[in-house]
Formats: sequence, C-alpha cells, structure tokens
Amino acid sequence: MGTGTSIGRVRGLGAAKEGTHHWWRQRLTAGLNIALMSWLLLSLARLSGYDLASVRLWIGSPWVAIPLALLVANVFYHFRLGLQVVIEDYQHDETRVVLMVLLNVYTVVLAATAIFSVLRIAFTGAPR
Amino acid sequence: MLVSIIHRALGVGMALVGAPLLTWWLAAAATGGETYATFLDVFTTEAGALNVIGYVIFIGLSWAVLQHMMSGIRHLVLDTGAGYELRRNKRGALLTMVLSALLTVLFWAYLLGIK
Repeated sequence: MGTGTSIGRVRGLGAAKEGTHHWWRQRLTAGLNIALMSWLLLSLARLSGYDLASVRLWIGSPWVAIPLALLVANVFYHFRLGLQVVIEDYQHDETRVVLMVLLNVYTVVLAATAIFSVLRIAFTGAPR
Repeated sequence: MLVSIIHRALGVGMALVGAPLLTWWLAAAATGGETYATFLDVFTTEAGALNVIGYVIFIGLSWAVLQHMMSGIRHLVLDTGAGYELRRNKRGALLTMVLSALLTVLFWAYLLGIK
C-alpha cells in the first residue's frame, strides 16, 4: 500500500478496487449500443430478403460490414460487463472465478466467430 | 423494481440466446450452402414464412432488445441523479414497457405488412 492517509488510498476505488472503470465502460458501450442496435433493427426490417444471396449482398457492403463488426464488438463487450455484475452479485468464492473465466472465454469465442464471419463475407465478395 | 429485474433478466437472456443466434446466423451466412439452409429450416416453413419457433424467438428477441434499450435509457437518466421521486420514477418504469411494446408492434407491423 502507498504512504497516503487511509482515506486517500481508498477514495474513488470502491469495493471492486478499480474505481469507476467498469461502470464507465458499461455506460459508454450502452450509449453506442443505442445507435448500433437501432441501425441493425432498421436495416433488418428494410432488408429485401433473408435468403443467402440477399444477406451476403447486404453484409458484402462496407457500409454494413464495418458497423456490423463494430456492433458485435460493442454489444458483446457490453454483455460481458453486464454478466460480470450478475456473477459478482450472486456467486462467491471459487464459483465466481470459474464463471468469470468461462464468461470471458464465451464472449471472446462468440465475438471472434461473429466478426470473422462478417469479414469473410465482406472479403470474399458477392454471393456465389 | 420490476423493470429493473426485467432489465437484468433480458440482458442475461440476450447474452445466452441472442448473441449465439446472431453468431450462428452470421457464421451460417459466411459458410453458405447447407449450413444456411439448416438455419433457415429451423425458423421458417417451406414456403419461406416464419414458423412457430421463428415467431416466438424473433418476436421475443426484438421485444427483449427494445425493452432492454428503453429501460437502459431510463437507467442512463437515473445515473444523472434525476427521476427518483416516487411518482416520476414509477411513471418512467411504466413508460419503458409501453414504449417497448409499441415499438415491437410497429417493427412487426412493418415487417409483415410491407413484405
């Protein structure tokens, strides 16, 4: 521990020992989610069809692939932060650590798969 | 209170059901062929319309997104320290449910009406 007064050492840190870091990132991703998810809902509603050709043509455009990849990153990071709070609220001791590791693995594997899929469609071009 | 619990439940639900579904859809579209046909087959009839599973999942998911978004916006407002008076707080909570229901109906009216 530092050499400051005891109040100085804990001020702004709180029970999780990392201050407002988690709280702030959750709000930032929440704000971005409003824009990204509104875009997704409107785009899905206006999509000409949901067959393979239409979907690939849609994702093939950089105006879709880029926001879609950003949406996956932002939404998945947001749910990782949210589920962390749920785990911290209801689980303690070893279970908490195990679930946190599983949550991280789950989030990263899903996000990597989703973003890779978007890029694969974007880079391999028009439907075959 | 109720809206706050719903917010958390829907967040967990979307993380465990919505995120894998979105990933499955994108991965199936990237793989193509039978993989995408399997995805469509689970949620649609042979004629191409949504089947019962499709309606339940996608209406549920769209409502979940909109309700979580509305109660999320409410939480962002509450974060500023505003809206804690009992009557205003309750009105805000009710408003999230009214708005999410309304937007879900509009979304599906547009989807099913235009196409």
